[in-house]
Amino acid sequence: MTRIKLYLPVGVFGVLAVVLFLGFTLRDPNLLPSALIGKPFPAFDLPVLGAAGERAGREGLLGEVRLVNVWATWCPTCLAEHGELMRIGAETGLSIIGINYKDDPQLAVEWLRQHGDPYDFNVVDDAGDLGVDLGVYGAPETFLVDAGGVIRYKRVGDVNPVVWRDEIAPTLAGLAGWQKVEAVLGDER
Amino acid sequence: MIVELGHFATVLGLATAFGLAAVGYLSATNAAWRGTVTSLASAQLVLVALGFAALLNAFLTSDFSVLYVVENSNTALPWYYKLSAAWGGHEGSFLLWTLMLAVWTWAVAVLGRRLPGEIHGRVLGTLGLLNAGFLLFLLSVSSPFERLVGGPVEGADLNPLLQDFGQIVHPPMLYLGYVGFAVAFAFAVAALLAGRLDAAWARWTRPWANVAWAFLTVGIALGSWWAYYELGWGGWWFWDPVENASFMPWLAGTALVHSLAVTEKRGAFKSWTVFLAIAAFSLSLLGAFIVRSGVLTSVHAFAVDPERGLFIFWLLVLAIGGALTLYALRAPVIRARTQYWGLSRELLLLVNNVVLVLALAVVLLYTLYPLAYEAATGGEKTSYGPPYYNRMFVPLTLVLAAFLCLAPVARWRRTPMTLFRNTGIMFGAAGALGVLLPLMIGGAVDIGAMLAVGLGLWIAMTHAADVARRRRALTRSYLGMVFAHVGFAVALVGVGVTTAFSHELDVRVNVGESVELNDVVYVFNGVEQVQGPNYTAERLKFVTDTGATLHPEKRLYPARNQVMTEAGIAPGLLGDLYITPGERLPDGSWGVRINDKPFVRWVWLGALLMALGGVLAITDRRYRRLADRDAVSAPSHRGDRRQPQAATA
Repeated sequence: MTRIKLYLPVGVFGVLAVVLFLGFTLRDPNLLPSALIGKPFPAFDLPVLGAAGERAGREGLLGEVRLVNVWATWCPTCLAEHGELMRIGAETGLSIIGINYKDDPQLAVEWLRQHGDPYDFNVVDDAGDLGVDLGVYGAPETFLVDAGGVIRYKRVGDVNPVVWRDEIAPTLAGLAGWQKVEAVLGDER
Repeated sequence: MIVELGHFATVLGLATAFGLAAVGYLSATNAAWRGTVTSLASAQLVLVALGFAALLNAFLTSDFSVLYVVENSNTALPWYYKLSAAWGGHEGSFLLWTLMLAVWTWAVAVLGRRLPGEIHGRVLGTLGLLNAGFLLFLLSVSSPFERLVGGPVEGADLNPLLQDFGQIVHPPMLYLGYVGFAVAFAFAVAALLAGRLDAAWARWTRPWANVAWAFLTVGIALGSWWAYYELGWGGWWFWDPVENASFMPWLAGTALVHSLAVTEKRGAFKSWTVFLAIAAFSLSLLGAFIVRSGVLTSVHAFAVDPERGLFIFWLLVLAIGGALTLYALRAPVIRARTQYWGLSRELLLLVNNVVLVLALAVVLLYTLYPLAYEAATGGEKTSYGPPYYNRMFVPLTLVLAAFLCLAPVARWRRTPMTLFRNTGIMFGAAGALGVLLPLMIGGAVDIGAMLAVGLGLWIAMTHAADVARRRRALTRSYLGMVFAHVGFAVALVGVGVTTAFSHELDVRVNVGESVELNDVVYVFNGVEQVQGPNYTAERLKFVTDTGATLHPEKRLYPARNQVMTEAGIAPGLLGDLYITPGERLPDGSWGVRINDKPFVRWVWLGALLMALGGVLAITDRRYRRLADRDAVSAPSHRGDRRQPQAATA
């Protein structure tokens, strides 16, 4: 037997490592850059959840920094992140707007009654049109929109304490028109 | 404060691990350092254990200023789930992993103190280097000690799936097995570095490989049993990527345990054995990467974090790539070939290794192919279900079983054919029973069940006959082999029968109504509300005409607002009755799924027997006696070429 054969395992492992590396980087949701960062929040005109006849549009977001959260009652991860949204709403006073995505409005109202309502208001996107404009992969997704209506940050997946601390709060700290977060961050530093 | 002390102790543990790596390799050539190596191994264990104790304390006291506690615990949890929640998430379970490695390292340092310094030092140096990598990973990107200022008053709770006895025992056993293979890995690296690959090396490695293999066997069996009763699908193996991740090192480890026997007794298979020792732990690492990087989706996967995945990836490349490069450069090239006279033990063990490695290749390919496909096509997905695996696995298992029947009779070098006469007679008896028994149990013709029962009986008979023949001359290592092989037969029968003769029925029943499945009548006696420690449940009651009572439950865990179903099971050695609750329908009736699972317990019983065999084998006096002898003589002969040697290809 020649020495060459003994190199076979390390060769096979090399191929395997390349496959793992490629598979791994493809899977990484953070490597899918959002084309929306730095762009204005898309225009919309949708009914407000639980308020018959009322409608809201992009103007409704202006003037204040908003956390815009895409959610639905059929989405278990939305329930998982709900506690964190409640905490953010209660402790920081950050305005949170909901997009109730491809959902039954009645179920959604009931869901909020049952689990608490961190949202200033919700719009009903039952056809998912706004979702398409926002490039939503699936609920939950969360956007940070500045006072001028420009998207500054996007999160695919749940908002949890780590995401808040490492991503949302630091982005927030860099936005004009948002003072309270300094106090919040001051705590956590 | 205690959490910070634990954190600090773990940081010191990391420094100690680096120290152990340096001093370990130094001591291989300079005996003056030997005492220091053992002290460092002990220090590492104490420090990492302190870190883990601090984390356990944070869980017990529900310290919600610790992020990891918030994410995985809740004040309403019973204390034993609070403790086991410590390894319910990625960070804590990895701390447990490093603790296990510290335990193994210490055990090698102390129990292996009579090993020659060139091996002892390099084994411990390698283990130190590995744990340094793991602890660095833990402290840099997955620290369970992170504080959350202004933490909440209540935690997010442990996933209800994990609030189970299985979570208490399954991960520690599994990790002991995974990490235990690091010892065989380190012995392989040490042998390659020292250029000392002989029968004595195999004898030193064998007990460590055996015991790691036994732990992994128990760990996998517990996981299978847990999935069976907790997931409510009535299945016991799903070919899920993470199950495969634990099965691959097991297959490599099983091959290793057998190949080591040839290397110890015949001095053959040397390079191959070293390769398997590297492979078993490498596959454990690969499993850790699969579970913790989110590269494959699975019910077991931890939260995806790219930073972590990348770190483990580089650990993987350094450890496995390094060891395999060393293997390519240093493994002995052997020209002499072993002659496989007739049905010698060498031949049987070769068959064992070939079949196990083929099985391993099948699992590896099916597990990773979807990934390669996705990478090649730029995101298109594909996957393989159980039928693909079974198509390859069933024939391989049957080949393995057929050759296993010959194991107790076979001799080294050549087996006189006359010895096989009884084996042939038993083949006839087992074959007849193998046809009859499945007919009686299942009432139907099923070739798979007949093959499994027939081969299982044949294995049991040939082993029993050999035990009877030897009577007084039974050593523990021989009995260990018998236990493990009979365990395999028991598991084989369990798999064959339960696969062939299980029944399943989806029905809706009202209180008072009865359902019949496979001659058993189930009466639905009603529903009661039950208050658990941290959940409320609707408990259904079914009574059968065979006298069994089953209590399937539908539980609501308010902390996560999660609904869980608990199967109601009436266990029995000859079969389980199993009811999974579905939904309550508007008219008050319930949808339920009723299963009967003949012989399903034999699958796990067999695995436990196998593990018992592995442990029994290492208690053999031979290892202690020979350890003394090796310590006295300890000649540093570089590959004794006079022994018969094997082709390693």
